[in-house]
Amino acid sequence: MKRILAAAIAAFGLMASAPASAQGDPNVLLVGQIAEPKSLDPQAVTATNDFRILVNVYDGLVRFRKGTLEVEPALATDWTISEDGLTYTFNLRDDVTFQDGTPFNAEAVKFTFERMLNDDHPFHDTGPFPLAFFFSSVDTITAVDEMAVEFKLKEPFAPFLSNLAYPTGLIVSPAAVEEHGADFGRNPTGTGAFKFEEWQANQRVVVSGFADHWEGAPKLEAVVFRPVGDANTRVAEMLSGGLDMMVEVPPDSLQTFDDDANFKVYEEAGPHLWFLILNTKEGPFADKKVRQAVNYAIDKQAIVENVLQGTAEVAAGPIPPAFEWANDGSVEPYPHNPERAKELIAEAGVEGADLTFYVAEGGSGMLDPVAMATAIQADLAEVGLNANIETYEWNTFLSNVNPGLEGKADMAEMAWMTNDPDTLPFLALRSDALPSEGGFNSGYYSNPEVDELLTKARQTTDQAERAEYYNQVQQIVHDDAPWAFVANWKQNAVTRAEVQNFSLEPSFLLILKDVSKG
Amino acid sequence: MTAIIAKRLVAAIPVLFGLSIIVFLMIALIPGDPATAILGSYATPENVQELNEDLGLDKSLPQQYLAWLSGVLQGDFGRSYALNRPVIDEVLERFQATLILAGASLVLASLFGLLAGIVSAVRQFGLADKAITLLVLIGISVPSFWLGLILILYFAVKIRLFPASGMEAVYGGGGPLDVLHHLVLPAVTLAVVATGVIARLTRTAMLEVLRQDYIRTARAKGLSERRVIYVHAFKAALVSVIPVIGIQAGFVLGGAVYIETVFQWPGIGAMLVNAISQRDILLVQGGVLVVAASYVLFNLLADILQVALDPRLK
Repeated sequence: MKRILAAAIAAFGLMASAPASAQGDPNVLLVGQIAEPKSLDPQAVTATNDFRILVNVYDGLVRFRKGTLEVEPALATDWTISEDGLTYTFNLRDDVTFQDGTPFNAEAVKFTFERMLNDDHPFHDTGPFPLAFFFSSVDTITAVDEMAVEFKLKEPFAPFLSNLAYPTGLIVSPAAVEEHGADFGRNPTGTGAFKFEEWQANQRVVVSGFADHWEGAPKLEAVVFRPVGDANTRVAEMLSGGLDMMVEVPPDSLQTFDDDANFKVYEEAGPHLWFLILNTKEGPFADKKVRQAVNYAIDKQAIVENVLQGTAEVAAGPIPPAFEWANDGSVEPYPHNPERAKELIAEAGVEGADLTFYVAEGGSGMLDPVAMATAIQADLAEVGLNANIETYEWNTFLSNVNPGLEGKADMAEMAWMTNDPDTLPFLALRSDALPSEGGFNSGYYSNPEVDELLTKARQTTDQAERAEYYNQVQQIVHDDAPWAFVANWKQNAVTRAEVQNFSLEPSFLLILKDVSKG
Repeated sequence: MTAIIAKRLVAAIPVLFGLSIIVFLMIALIPGDPATAILGSYATPENVQELNEDLGLDKSLPQQYLAWLSGVLQGDFGRSYALNRPVIDEVLERFQATLILAGASLVLASLFGLLAGIVSAVRQFGLADKAITLLVLIGISVPSFWLGLILILYFAVKIRLFPASGMEAVYGGGGPLDVLHHLVLPAVTLAVVATGVIARLTRTAMLEVLRQDYIRTARAKGLSERRVIYVHAFKAALVSVIPVIGIQAGFVLGGAVYIETVFQWPGIGAMLVNAISQRDILLVQGGVLVVAASYVLFNLLADILQVALDPRLK
């Protein structure tokens, strides 16, 4: 017995002293992700988690300028837009090769978009391509010559450029798609700063610096993306030295990292909005006064500080402040004013109304939905509204909310993260965006003035003019209060102190080409 | 013996078949569908319908099931929607990791469970017995995901003896020693409950055997106490403990679902959790089928061992 015990202890010691791996390798960055990627085919995925890898392996025609949501050249050197806003012609860089050695040219651009958009394209069956509708306004794509490509649109569509900067617009190697077919997503090949090396299921995706990148080789030799789904485990892995960088740090742990000189904490507000959809068609919220009352009643500052522990900012309207160019900041959030809320509720005559409140258990961008709902419920009770919470698992929640709230609920939580100020209001606030029309206007808000402004903003390609329309939309929608505006999420990340030249982007993308270690 | 094995293997076929229907129906019954899961906030009824057509999910349930079944009979388990790769590739890759984890846990649980049970029985009502009974009670009662986090906190974060998660060092790692190093914490966590169950049963079985006449005879013959306990009594007790170990194999495979999630072990349990939340029905089907088949095999193995050990059953 004693001998067995001694042997066991010896074996334990041996295992503990096994090589602690090359985690100190100065040129390899270990990144903790929130989940395993679904695919590394940029047209086939929808999750920010996957985008964080993709933007390092591929480039697009354009990209967001560092620190902003404004578009700058990438694989395209410059472009012209026709007077009517229907024809976009891009001139392409002539010094770019894909990581498989094939040249980047106009045909590659045409291939990338036609694969996604044309049902009869020979490689359309490598999809499905769930975000293809980002480019549904594209009519034809023509390779004008080797290094110029022309997109003709069916109708003017100003967000076209920022959609091109979104990961769905990243350019793929036609040769690689032809070689791997439906498995392209596991054998990604682009022109980006990092070249794909290996993907081991639920363990790691490894990319290595691409020496022939058109902007020069990145400083890092390699990046390893590790999926660590459990947030507590991710924090433990970071604290124990198993990661150099992690994203989506739980609010509870931020302080721990902030107090420790071995780590650096990064925060950046993004184009995210957390709001309550209010059912404007029936029940108490058909009255604008009650909708405004809810906006006054919710103590957003308390939610942001106490529930979200400072990981978000108070929201003012449908256009998040991260779109600096489209939001001049003149619209202030509704102040927390329960007295004013009570007055409005009394004027509307709905004191003591019962409300059905759809709440999600989790979900993309939903932050801490149950705790937030509970706080909101308490705030509403204080002004005499009885919100009855009904909680659903995320997928079930979406299949309840997206078809519209009519006959089911008075209010529902929702969160969106977008790349253009157009996206959210156009898809979720227009009279023509009702669920029955394939839109996301689940609360049936309708204001012809907003409809017109949004349409005009799509049709002009002059950014200053677009900005003016969006500022007006912000003002009107704030006042009409079809939603209760609650929070704009700040994404966060933690790195070890020796990680240099890293910054978070408002686009929520993770750009690693300038990062170095040590 | 061969006849028994053949009979058991044939009996497994309707079990697996029935199971596949139940799993298929359960996934179909829970609300939400793969298209909604893939599209997230962009899931308009229109987009959902289009994607469902692309994925072949617009067909009726029986049609979908039959399409799946005829594929499986030809060795084609379909393609995972969420991972966009053949189900069989993913399942086999992940199942290896689970086998390593579950195997190690089962070995640990059997070793320590049997030892603890024997000591407990031999020292019945003594200090060792009381201590072991208490430990076993705690072991069976502690939620394993919580224990996992506590072990990570102490052994990975505080004293940095073992890595917090994963199966290999992420860069420049690999090799059996590296895997072993990563295996310790999850395997111990997963083994705790099974160890407790095995210890309890071994104690009961040993106590029963130790009261038998032939043990008294063995002692009367003047055999050393050690020989009486470890050879004569233990061998007999083992016969009734082995089927329980077989059943524990099933629980260990089931428990791996939590443990793999906590430790980010790249096994089939963590895969199933993701697949279910993605409504990735083909991946769930493939995964469950493999887990069920291995459960059947584990139990068969336990039965064979039992027959081999117990001459009365031959």
